Amino acid sequence: MRQHTATSIAESVRSGEASATDTVARALTRAREIDERDRLNAFLYRADEQALEFAARVDADSAARDTAPLLGVPFAVKDNLNVIGLPTTCGSRILEGYVSPYTATVVDRLRGAGAVLIGKTNLDEFAMGSSTENSAFGPSRNPIDPTVVPGGSSGGSAVAVAAGVVPIALGSETGGSVRQPAAFCGIVGVKPTYGRVSRFGLVAFGSSLDQVGVFGTNVTDAALALRVIAGRDDRDPTSADLPVADYPAAKPSAKGAGNPLLKGVVMGRPKEYFPAELDARTAELCDRALERCRSLGAEVRDVSLPHTSLAIPVYYIVAPAEASSNLARFDGVRYGRRVKAEGEGLRGMYEATRSEGFGPEVTRRIMLGTYVLSAGYYDAYYRKAMQVRTLIADDFRKVFSGGVHVLFTPTTPTPAFPFGSRSDPYEMYLSDIFTCTANLAGIPALSLPIGRTRGLPVGGQLMAAHFDEERMFAVASALEESLGPDAHR
Amino acid sequence: MSVDDVRHVAMLARLGLTDQRARELTQDLNTILEHMDVLSRVDTRGVNEASAFGAVAAVPGEEGGERGGMRLREDKGPPIPLAEPPEAFAPEMRAGFFIVPRLSTHEDALDESSDEESE
Repeated sequence: MRQHTATSIAESVRSGEASATDTVARALTRAREIDERDRLNAFLYRADEQALEFAARVDADSAARDTAPLLGVPFAVKDNLNVIGLPTTCGSRILEGYVSPYTATVVDRLRGAGAVLIGKTNLDEFAMGSSTENSAFGPSRNPIDPTVVPGGSSGGSAVAVAAGVVPIALGSETGGSVRQPAAFCGIVGVKPTYGRVSRFGLVAFGSSLDQVGVFGTNVTDAALALRVIAGRDDRDPTSADLPVADYPAAKPSAKGAGNPLLKGVVMGRPKEYFPAELDARTAELCDRALERCRSLGAEVRDVSLPHTSLAIPVYYIVAPAEASSNLARFDGVRYGRRVKAEGEGLRGMYEATRSEGFGPEVTRRIMLGTYVLSAGYYDAYYRKAMQVRTLIADDFRKVFSGGVHVLFTPTTPTPAFPFGSRSDPYEMYLSDIFTCTANLAGIPALSLPIGRTRGLPVGGQLMAAHFDEERMFAVASALEESLGPDAHR
Repeated sequence: MSVDDVRHVAMLARLGLTDQRARELTQDLNTILEHMDVLSRVDTRGVNEASAFGAVAAVPGEEGGERGGMRLREDKGPPIPLAEPPEAFAPEMRAGFFIVPRLSTHEDALDESSDEESE
C-alpha cells in the first residue's frame, strides 16, 4: 500500500517523467477502488471533474514548473474545509444541500503550490469524535485492518493517505483529531501551534483549540505541506505574523560536522504519559524510540506535567462550551437544511431543524456546552476549567523553559479499537487523553509511526514549545530515519 | 441534572427532544459531569482563566503590546467576496432577505395576515 511521496511525485512531474493529469487520474481511480471495492468509506465527495481540470492547468503552466513545490501532487481535505463549488457536509445531515461559495486559505495555498485537490474526506460529525463512527454517512475503515476504526475525527483523510490514494491530506484538530487517526493508521500527523495556520474556511468547532493539521506518509511530506499552508493570513486575525522555517530541511542544532544527529537536543519523557496500565507493547516501543534518540546523541530527561490527568475533564468542558456557541449558526435559516414544524413558528423551526439535523454526539456536546455556560453553573464548570487550563499550559511552559526542547510520549493509550467497542461516551473521550493537552496549551505536536502491536500501528508523539515546529520536525525526521522499516513492525 | 434541567437546557440550545431522548441525555450528561467533579477539588485560588493560547502567549507585542504575533484586520469593507450569493445556499430567500417563520409570540397579534411568513 505504500506509494510515492509528495516530494518524489513533484519531482517526476517537474522532470516531465509523469504528467499531473495522469498522476491525478491514478489517484482518483485509487480513491474509487478503496471506497467502492474495499468499502473503506474514506471520501464523502470525489471531485473528479474539478481535479482533472486543475491538473490540466498544472500541466499547461510552464512558469509553475520550476517553482511549485507540490507540482501535480494529489491531496484530499477533511470535509469541514470549504472549497468553492464543492459541498461541505461536516459529516452532518444539517448541511445537506450546502455548496460552498468560498475556499479555505489552506486549500488555496496548496493549490498555489501546484497540488491538486481530489476530494473531501469523511469525519465524525462536526469533528466530534475519535473514530469516525459519528459520521452521518457511516464510519471509515482502517486500511491496516478494516475491522478496527481508523481513528478520528479526521479519519477519512488518514485513510486516504494510509491506503495510498494521496501522499498528503489535511485534517483539523481540536483535541487530537489529526494525531490520533495518524497513529491508528500508521502515518505521520501534525498539529501546528495555535495561530500557525490560517483557519479561514474551516468550519469552527472549538475556537480556542482548533487548528488545521496535515497528514503525510512520512515526516518530510508532512513538513513540506505544513510549510506551504503556514503563515499569516489577513482573513484570520488569529493567524500569527511570524516567519515560517523550511520545515522539510529542519536539522537539530548539532554543532559542527561529525556530531551525532541529535547532539545538544534535550528530550523530556513526562511520567504522566506512561501510566502503569499503558499497553505494554506501546510502552516498549516508546522505550525503543527514546533509545534510538539517545543513540543519536539526544539527552533524555524524566519530567513531570502534574496536571495531565485533569486535561480530559477540562477539554470536555471547554470544547463543548465553544461548540455550543459555534454551532448555534446551524439554525435552518442561512444555509443547509430546514425542517418546518407545522404551526410552531420560528422556535419550532429551529428546534425541528436542529434535532433532526444533528446526530447524537453533537447533540450531547451542545447540551453539555450549553449547561456549563448557563447561569448558576458557569463558575463551577467553565470558569474552573479555564483556570485549570492555565495550570496545564503552565506545566508545559515550566518544562520547556527548564531546558527541554521536545517531549516524547505515546500518541494514544491503545492502538485502534474495534467498531462499536466504546459505546460509553466518556470512555471514548479518554482516547484523547495524551493529545488534548497540546490543544489546551496551544503548542505544536506530531505523531509518527514507531512500530506495531498485535499487527496494529502505534504512534509516538513529539511536542514542542509554541512555534518551535522546526525542532519538532528535526527530531521526528531523525527518529524516522533511525527506525527505518522498524516503524512499521 | 434532572430531566427538567435537561429540557430547560435543550430549550436554551434550541434542540427539540423526545421524552426518551431527554431521559437518555439526562443519564449521559450526569455520567459525564461526575467525571468533571474532580476539577472542584483543584486549588485555583489566584489562577487566571486561560486567555491566550498560541501567538499571544508566546510572542511579546512589537511595542510591548499584548497582541503579540496576531494582528487584527482593519475594521472596514465587506469581509469576504462570495462566489455565489446567499440565494444559492440559503433554504429560503426573497428579495435579498432570509425568510423565516413568524415568531410564535407574535402570531396572536397578527389577525389580518394570511401570509404565513414574514421577512
